[in-house]
Amino acid sequence: MKRLFLIEFHKLKNNRAAKILSLIYFILFSAIALFASIKFNFGSVDFRLADQGIFNFPYIWHFNAYFVAFLKLFLAVVIVSMVSSEYTNRTLKQNLIDGLSKKEFILSKFYGVLGFAIASTLLLFIVSLVLGLIFSDYDEVGIIFSDLEYIFAYFLKLVGFFSMCLFFGILLKRSAFALGFLFLLWIFEGIVQLFVKFQANSLEFIVDFLPLQSMGNLIIEPLTRLGIVKSTASQLNSEFTKTYEVEWLTVLIVLGWSFIFIYSSWKLLQRRDL
Amino acid sequence: MAVDALTFNIEKGNVYGILGPNGSGKSTTLGMVLNVVNPSSGFFEWFDGNLNTHEALKKVGAIIESPNFYPSMSAEDNLKLVCQIKGVDYSRIDTVLETVNLQDRKKDHFKSYSLGMKQRLAIASALLNDPEILILDEPTNGLDPQGIHQIREIIKKIASEGMTILLASHLLDEVEKVCSHVVVIRNGKKLYAGPVDELNATHGFFELKSEQKDELKSFLSKHEAIESYDEEENDLLKAILSKPYDAQSLNKECFEKGILLTHLVKRKETLEEQFLKLTKNL
Repeated sequence: MKRLFLIEFHKLKNNRAAKILSLIYFILFSAIALFASIKFNFGSVDFRLADQGIFNFPYIWHFNAYFVAFLKLFLAVVIVSMVSSEYTNRTLKQNLIDGLSKKEFILSKFYGVLGFAIASTLLLFIVSLVLGLIFSDYDEVGIIFSDLEYIFAYFLKLVGFFSMCLFFGILLKRSAFALGFLFLLWIFEGIVQLFVKFQANSLEFIVDFLPLQSMGNLIIEPLTRLGIVKSTASQLNSEFTKTYEVEWLTVLIVLGWSFIFIYSSWKLLQRRDL
Repeated sequence: MAVDALTFNIEKGNVYGILGPNGSGKSTTLGMVLNVVNPSSGFFEWFDGNLNTHEALKKVGAIIESPNFYPSMSAEDNLKLVCQIKGVDYSRIDTVLETVNLQDRKKDHFKSYSLGMKQRLAIASALLNDPEILILDEPTNGLDPQGIHQIREIIKKIASEGMTILLASHLLDEVEKVCSHVVVIRNGKKLYAGPVDELNATHGFFELKSEQKDELKSFLSKHEAIESYDEEENDLLKAILSKPYDAQSLNKECFEKGILLTHLVKRKETLEEQFLKLTKNL
């Protein structure tokens, strides 16, 4: 495992595009956190996101995990291109000739995916912890480290999403096609969702099994949970009855998809002549 | 079907050539044993079947078609990656770069290399694990004369050190110059497999010319050592021998018959002529 990870790391370390994109990703990541702590002046009103309670423990875990996850698209580009460039440079062929098995090749890519997911999760954890320590109204250890399930959900969301990118990269061999396909899948899931909602209500449970939807379900949007939104809603006499927990079924579905994507990548590669 | 029931063995210490016209299945054959092309049926074994393919490939050095490396990595980093894949340490990197004469360019990006340099780097990479067998597929394809010469010198040098080499090529003089054994294939079928000398094992032929052409012809048709003769351009006669015979005796006999020769050369058929003969008669 160490050998395969080091092989992938060596490839990434020496790939300029991957390095730059990853750097942009991690800088943006930190910048967003800073942005939230800046004071805005709207005429006479001072507005600071940080003062709205979004950085309170344990809510901050949920809030950051949800919003920072959008940035994963940057890393998705890196992952798709680290797969497809192996095809375009024909280095995949050379790797196999040099004695890497097809299984090892997929595994080394998967370890790369895990590496990115772990790095990003760690960063999320650290940034959230620091922001929380600065702005949170509560600082009891018990409260700080509660609700950490969102951090785990974030990690799983990344692993699932990147595994999907990996599979598309292997399937389509070209970064642009793979990313386009990702976009098509997103539209397709939207259509399925609308169809089910208006035409076949009894099939609604299917939606939760779609890959992108299930990954989305891992972390429910946190905004309606925010105090300021809640109080506004109750003034308008509408109650939110929503569960915000990370659900086990969703976790299983995403784990299932990740496995399917990695396993199919391997099978696909095995059947191909290079 | 690119390759059909092709069977041959490789023995240690010999230099093998796989000969065949373009599209005869050379690369497909190598692709199958190198784990990149899936055979529809049949089997192959590495090292008497003691290792599975990808483990065996760690003990093999191979380059096929064009040199494939990571363009934005330096030569050295590319070689380091190959070391990691093959599970050998970095200690031989400098040695192999020395062998192919790329030592002073090792920090440069692969994409800045000329084709000849890329091909030499590919050979260096194939030598990293001190392989049990070196497989080279068309190593001089697309190179300029200087590049071809450099590659051939490198191959000869490696061969002289006793390494087992399998060289696929359609360039016959290349194979003739380096190989001890040869496998000839066409349309994926084996036409010949054995030592190069035996492919060449005819007794050769005479090229003759004389003013008295008709007398010469009748003399040749009656001669016991001459299997047949052909007329070539410029009144040249090509007489193929059926047993060993020397030019001196033939010249003497002609003179005694009153035939004066203006041209007499004894030659052996080149590998190229043998090869064309073999691949045509099918």
